[in-house]
Amino acid sequence: MAERMGFFTDTSVCIGCKACEVACKEWNDVPDDGFLFRATSYDNTGGLGADTWRHVAFVEQFTRQGDSWLMASDVCKHCTHAACLDVCPTGALFRTEFDTVVVQPDVCNGCGYCVPACPYGVIDRRRDDGRAWKCTMCYDRLRGGLEPACAKACPTDSIQFGPLEELRARAGERLDTLHGAGVAEARLYGESPADGVGGDGAFFLLLDEPEVYGLPPDPVVTTRDLPRMWAFAGTAALSMAAAVALSFARRA
Amino acid sequence: MAECHPVGFQWVMEAKARGAEVFHIDPRYTRTSAMADAHLPIRAGSDIVLLGALIHHVLAGEHDFREYVLAYTNAATIVSEDFRDTEDLDGLFSGFDPATRTYDPASWAYEAGGDVSGAMSEGEHAAQARLHADSARSDQYGSGGATAHHRARTDPTLRHPRCVYQVLKRHFARYTPEMVEELCGIPRADFRRLAEAVVANSGRERTTAWVYSVGWTQHTVGVQYIRAASILQLLLGNVGRPGGGILALRGHASIQGSTDIPTLFSILPGYLPMPDARMHGDLDGYLAHAAGDTGFWGNKRAYMVSLLKAWWGDAATEDNDYCFGYLPSVTGDHGTYATVLGQIDGTVKGYFVVGENPAIGSAGGKAQRLGLAGLEWLVVRDMTLVETATFWKDGPELETGEMRTEDIATEVFFLPAASHVEKEGTFTQTQRLLQWREKALDPTGDRRSDLWFYHHLGKRIRRRLSEDDVDRPLRDLTWDYPESGPHDDPSAEAVLREINGTGPDGRALSGYTELRPDGSTTCGCWIYCGVYADEVNQAARRRPGGEQSPVALEWGWAWPANRRILYNRASADPEGRPWSERKAYIRWDRDQREWTGPDVPDFERDKPPDYRPPEGATAQAAIGGADPFIMQSDGKGWLYVPAGLADGPLPAHYEPHESPVANSLYGTRANPARREYRRPETPYNSARFPYVITTYRLTEHHTAGGMSRTLPYLAELQPEMFCEVSPELAAEVGLVNGGWATIVTSRSAIEARVLVSPRIRPLRVQGRTIHQVGVPYHWGWAGGGVVTGDAANDLMPIVLDPNVYIQESKAATCDLLPGRRPHGRALLDLIEEYRRG
Repeated sequence: MAERMGFFTDTSVCIGCKACEVACKEWNDVPDDGFLFRATSYDNTGGLGADTWRHVAFVEQFTRQGDSWLMASDVCKHCTHAACLDVCPTGALFRTEFDTVVVQPDVCNGCGYCVPACPYGVIDRRRDDGRAWKCTMCYDRLRGGLEPACAKACPTDSIQFGPLEELRARAGERLDTLHGAGVAEARLYGESPADGVGGDGAFFLLLDEPEVYGLPPDPVVTTRDLPRMWAFAGTAALSMAAAVALSFARRA
Repeated sequence: MAECHPVGFQWVMEAKARGAEVFHIDPRYTRTSAMADAHLPIRAGSDIVLLGALIHHVLAGEHDFREYVLAYTNAATIVSEDFRDTEDLDGLFSGFDPATRTYDPASWAYEAGGDVSGAMSEGEHAAQARLHADSARSDQYGSGGATAHHRARTDPTLRHPRCVYQVLKRHFARYTPEMVEELCGIPRADFRRLAEAVVANSGRERTTAWVYSVGWTQHTVGVQYIRAASILQLLLGNVGRPGGGILALRGHASIQGSTDIPTLFSILPGYLPMPDARMHGDLDGYLAHAAGDTGFWGNKRAYMVSLLKAWWGDAATEDNDYCFGYLPSVTGDHGTYATVLGQIDGTVKGYFVVGENPAIGSAGGKAQRLGLAGLEWLVVRDMTLVETATFWKDGPELETGEMRTEDIATEVFFLPAASHVEKEGTFTQTQRLLQWREKALDPTGDRRSDLWFYHHLGKRIRRRLSEDDVDRPLRDLTWDYPESGPHDDPSAEAVLREINGTGPDGRALSGYTELRPDGSTTCGCWIYCGVYADEVNQAARRRPGGEQSPVALEWGWAWPANRRILYNRASADPEGRPWSERKAYIRWDRDQREWTGPDVPDFERDKPPDYRPPEGATAQAAIGGADPFIMQSDGKGWLYVPAGLADGPLPAHYEPHESPVANSLYGTRANPARREYRRPETPYNSARFPYVITTYRLTEHHTAGGMSRTLPYLAELQPEMFCEVSPELAAEVGLVNGGWATIVTSRSAIEARVLVSPRIRPLRVQGRTIHQVGVPYHWGWAGGGVVTGDAANDLMPIVLDPNVYIQESKAATCDLLPGRRPHGRALLDLIEEYRRG
């Protein structure tokens, strides 16, 4: 297997141009997401979904402490422990040689199990064909030795692509720089292998709490408790069977 | 800049990463503000107050870079006794004629005396200036300095009360931080932070850059905005040095190219003026008035004759004035708005609209469409059926009953155009960098490049020419570009080579200093000479930045002579030593006796710093070795402009033509020389419009939307016409976020979705609250767009800067109503009610 590849999205330099959204759709032939004026700052695509695989959030914070307009390009996290992949019954979702998580549209049967399984609410079924779609980290480009379209298009290097270990090191340095410059609120999100999904293949540098950007503060792989749940269920079934057997035994 | 130039903004981010402090001055908090260290919300149309106060701050505190100012600017030059400032005349300069509303600039001149060479008499000068003011000719003065005595009287102690330095001091004395607070709405503390940062980051060791776009130019005092920035930068020594300058961001991929090789009525390629029927009889007469005789414009005959040779080849000879008489001449204002009004009046019969959409992209939308309806024929070349091509069947005037399709006699020809990826050629961008692009794919169907169109149009016209003399200019044109492909596409490289020019041996020239006035050289645009040096397309060079010096001379080609920083002689002191090692760039090498550095020196390579021009010298020989501004007739940076501007030798704050605010600085309210057109099609607002309106672009769309509203991936990102208002204004008017607003001016009323945001901050101006309404102008009623909406430009007035005839679309007044607008007759009734009120 090749080195694990990932995204480091440094939102402190995102200028909200949405080139990532457009480049993603151009390359991956993703349809438009409708033409809805949402009156939520400059965000009119709303969030990640079947037809939006990169999404730039705009958060206006105008307070006595100061003014800011946070912009952040969200994407599938390509989790180390990917629940979508765990629950997929057809094998449409698979882990690639780059350690990314990709849906094969020709295999997906649209069962939709993956949709509630994602702790980030990323993967989604397309309304017209029912199949599940999400960021592939431009699997085809990666196989051709190219960086993903969004990272290629980003004018300020807010979206950085590369070997995950390198990105983690670079992100740590960037965080130190920002902290040194007095940006105490800077923090990394999804970079730790110790978190609830075993670390994200696409992680972020944020300038506020994750919830501000619409990200879950403490995501956990939704299949984490499955073995324990199966164990409970098994125990319960055995108990029930024993109870039933016992009752029959008593009658006998 | 992050909004409209996101790709260029990466360099601001790079500078930030290296410690640059970024200030953003804008009526709105934008994506640029989000990245800046400080955002200063400003009332639209008040920037000269802010810049003037910065100039005052520099002069009052003596923060100017004195050695630079003394050596490289006209600070010491003494101004005529006849000059009267706005201080003396309550907002007017001397020479104003209220009847014609124009200036006679004779009294602005330098004091006669000392050595005067090559100057016109004052009477001559005044008459010329009037004509020049009437045909946007100030550019030739500005670049050529037609009348500045290159050795006028000076006072190097800067104490003479009429020396430019003292004139400036007096003129800007009333531009105080208090005035900034009162007129711009910028609190004194914020101004102080800006002023201190600008001063701290200027001088020997540091430089400051100013970046602007149409937020500065689209005003009735637009040119003077830039002048104000020039004064500040010259005083601080921030011109011609790395990290300095005044950077004009151009609005499209090659809009710089379309001024260099112009689509403007007042200039020829390379900023040579258009001949004027009222003053230029022949080539000699033209050259006598075209520009200065000293400085590099002194070679104007070589530039002009080479241009004529490029166009008319062997037909152009010394005996026939090199076919100078073939050129059309201007007779006055032929600017875009004068043209449109001429269409309404029936004096303009035909119109080419190429890659533009004036029906919604130009100010005064209704006047634009009335103009189109008044034409006999209209040619629209675009990638999609823009509104300008369909106004006759679906324009808003049909709904209101102001037009009926059956009454419109305009014959409309729509010709589908190839896109930028479907043709080869160069883009010239903001930095004057020419970059060649290859054709990625062939255009489909009937789509053709603009080059194909004009080439074949020329061929077809030439086939129909008569033997009559009237057709001679077209018959004699060199029109022999090689063709290839199934559609006989002309070679763009052959055109670039013609622009570059050739020498007596027929080989491509390598620079404009090789141009000759005797007809032995050809050159289609003298400032582009060298782009095809050594028979190589220099614009196509793509050596990566990492493989060469940071100046990257081998990426593309910059005019002139591949110089990346203009006037870079100023990066060294008068003796030719860098002002500081930190800001070292170009220096005089004593041993090699030449100028050297990482860039191409913007100076004659072997002219020593101690060179003093001999008596009677012309052209570059008249420029001293310590005079960096080689295009100026005196080699100096002009803090004060003795001639060449239509509205004064110094910037003065005037309110926008439409403004809810009085001018606190002078009794003169608005620019007295602004161009008004008092006509029923474009009425002006009365005082009943309480709010400031400003128009702009969004990252997600391109100008009038022809290239973005048609693309779902862009259209979905900003799908509807909207206006941006503060929560306070929303409450005052009764607007709801996500709801609808009707925006009214005396021109029209449009509807827009409402985006309420604290990013638009009400300002305290003259002790009261001033609200501003932000309106992007990308939408129109059709245009093949997947999203449509009302056009912001329908609201805007036609009132122009007197120097360059640009419209004031960055600051006007409006009213707001909650809800959607009326339609049909009711819309006209609403506007009529406002006009009467």
